[in-house]
Amino acid sequence: MPTVKSVETILMDHPAAGRDHLIPILQEVQESEGYLSQESITKVGKALDMPSSKIFGVATFFNMFRFQAKGKYHVMVCRGTACHVKGSGRALDLVTKALKIQPGETTRDKLFSLEVVACMGACGLAPVVNINGQFYAKVTPMKLQRIIEECREKEQTHAIA
Amino acid sequence: MFAIEANGQTIEAKKGETILQSLKRAGINVPTICHMEGLLPSGTCRMCVVEVEGFGGLVPSCSHPVAEGMKIRTNTPDVMQTRKTLIDLLLSNHPDDCLYCARNGNCDLAKLAADNGVRDRAYQGARSHRPKDISSPSIIRDPDKCILCGKCVRMCDEIQGVSAIDFVNRGSKAYVGTAFNQGLNVSSCINCGQCILVCPTAALSEHKYISEVLQALADPTKTVVVQHAPAVSVSIAEEFGFAPGTDFDGKMTAALRRVGFDRVFDTSFTADLTIMEEGSELVHRVQNGGALPMFTSCSPGWVKFVEEFYPELLPNVSTCKSPQQMMGAIIKSYFAQKENLDPKNIVSVSLMPCTAKKFECGRPEMAQDYVADVDYVLTTRELAELFRITGVNPAAIEPEAPDTPFGERSSAGKLFGASGGVMEAALRSAVFLLTGEEMKDYTIQALRGMEGSKELRVKVGDLEVGAAVVSSLGQARKLMNEIKAGRKDLHFIEVMTCPGGCINGGGQPIGADKEAIKARMAALYQIDSGDKLRVSHKNEWVQRLYTEFLGKPLGHKSHELLHTHYDKREVLL
Ligand code: SF4
Ligand code: SF4
Ligand code: SF4
Ligand code: FES
Repeated sequence: MPTVKSVETILMDHPAAGRDHLIPILQEVQESEGYLSQESITKVGKALDMPSSKIFGVATFFNMFRFQAKGKYHVMVCRGTACHVKGSGRALDLVTKALKIQPGETTRDKLFSLEVVACMGACGLAPVVNINGQFYAKVTPMKLQRIIEECREKEQTHAIA
Repeated sequence: MFAIEANGQTIEAKKGETILQSLKRAGINVPTICHMEGLLPSGTCRMCVVEVEGFGGLVPSCSHPVAEGMKIRTNTPDVMQTRKTLIDLLLSNHPDDCLYCARNGNCDLAKLAADNGVRDRAYQGARSHRPKDISSPSIIRDPDKCILCGKCVRMCDEIQGVSAIDFVNRGSKAYVGTAFNQGLNVSSCINCGQCILVCPTAALSEHKYISEVLQALADPTKTVVVQHAPAVSVSIAEEFGFAPGTDFDGKMTAALRRVGFDRVFDTSFTADLTIMEEGSELVHRVQNGGALPMFTSCSPGWVKFVEEFYPELLPNVSTCKSPQQMMGAIIKSYFAQKENLDPKNIVSVSLMPCTAKKFECGRPEMAQDYVADVDYVLTTRELAELFRITGVNPAAIEPEAPDTPFGERSSAGKLFGASGGVMEAALRSAVFLLTGEEMKDYTIQALRGMEGSKELRVKVGDLEVGAAVVSSLGQARKLMNEIKAGRKDLHFIEVMTCPGGCINGGGQPIGADKEAIKARMAALYQIDSGDKLRVSHKNEWVQRLYTEFLGKPLGHKSHELLHTHYDKREVLL
């Protein structure tokens, strides 16, 4: 678990920061809070004298930032070369359809969030999907569908119990 | 001055200017998209490329400085083909629904394609589909029509200092949007519409209310009353092919009656009323140690700007409603009583050079007993559309006079349409009210002109008044920061959101250059120079309104109807 640092502390670690410190600051905020919230972006904007539209623009330029808190199940789909060749595009399609969200987003019930990563270093198992740290190897759309349904069922039994 | 050669002909160039500027002066046309007069070149669209002898590759003329002896060609096969390809690419993912488009007839992109001989679709790119943002009462954004020229972003940031929008994402997924993709209505956008004026396409347009107005006009149970702002009569003629600066005041009034409005009032009347109220407020503040300097409050973009960015200075903003809202308030009170009408059956329409007025009329502060003071605001552009839809041609109609009791105006009220005009009108009346004497010459030259910031120190009676006039919120921001840093020599500050004032408002005809704006401004001063009534305090109908209804300036009724207050507004800044 990364240590939780408040945005204020992070900003204090960058005294007299200018706009060139924006990216490292945003990275630290995301590392600490898991995503970039409106509140954090406003605070960073105040400190760097930057409008939040500009910060949002810069942050969306890079793929690494997300703007919604992660869901209970954080689904990472690998789009590295090996996975791509083995059909991770189809896997991603299925997930976006099944969850009705795009990469970087979180479902409304906050159960699932989706992230696309460049390479998870498990190319031998391509295509790979990782949910909350657990690897699923050689996924097919069918397999993925089942995995997602299992997560949903687990939640439902929790809810009933 | 030195000589350069362009397309084989010798032309003059000035040191320090760009190739584009020299070519333009010589009457040689080079198409541009991202170029913005008065701002540093961004050089992103490359539409302006030309050939320069000795340079490998084409040169963007909007950003490249001229040099002595340069040999430039603007229409070689290579240049023309490059332009065409650039346009082909812009069109490759563009929705071709020109027929139904808000910019049908005056689209820069369509003109660019036509002017450069693009007559076939060269590429079929994947269309992007992003939802329209119709959340704002003032501005509609249609990202699918955006060609990513960046002009709106620069306008909002560099001129207005608001930065409500910026580029989001990158590459083929890039688009222009707000922080966190929020609706414009909850963003920091102050509704000025300056972005619409620079947008080459229909990606930005005003939120239209023409059908609502037509519906009201068709309803026999409604009394439909219309008011028009000072800057509309000197710009509407452009929509009908007349030169900028042509005044259509009387023709417009007559045409509005043909369209079916029951009463035609002049917002300049309540501009005169504003002078009475705001002038009294200033004197009151000076005499009672109120918050100074006092800022004008007639420009709703500016008011929202203070609520968002400088809430600590809200006590310095005049409590006066804008002339539009004052007119709305007295229409649904005094006029309704006089005519024995239920305010609920009056539909109050307002013709404005402004998109922010659409937002203003919907503010909860601007109503009495849940009946809005003003129901619909149409821009100058929408007014032209209304005339066309109803088949009324103002150019062909004999001028008529506006209706009583809110038709008479002083030309001081008319000056509200130009940056510096409110201040000039205020000083004319202040001198009289504080000394009992009229100014010998009403013209205050120091307050006129297109400069973004003007200042004047004048003696009004025993009082030495520090007056400042700024237009564009970038200019306002500078002044605000000086005041926050302790500047103390100013008493009264006029702020207009749009550069040059309402004559350059976000609802005005599209495609006006600086000369056109100046011509509109000159038209207002022309009207003033020849007018019989040049001071607000001598407007007899304003005086009558006080005796019959309001009592006195800042009195109880005035407070109830003509004044309001503003609060800090929480948006993502
Ligand atoms: S923006 Fe211009 S080119 Fe695009 S659809 Fe509208 S009129 Fe046609
Ligand atoms: S209307 Fe004005 S404030 Fe709003 S986005 Fe356009 S330029 Fe910016
Ligand atoms: S919205 Fe209009 S002005 Fe803004 S980038 Fe798009 S095309 Fe250009
Ligand atoms: S106009 Fe010169 S690069 Fe766009």
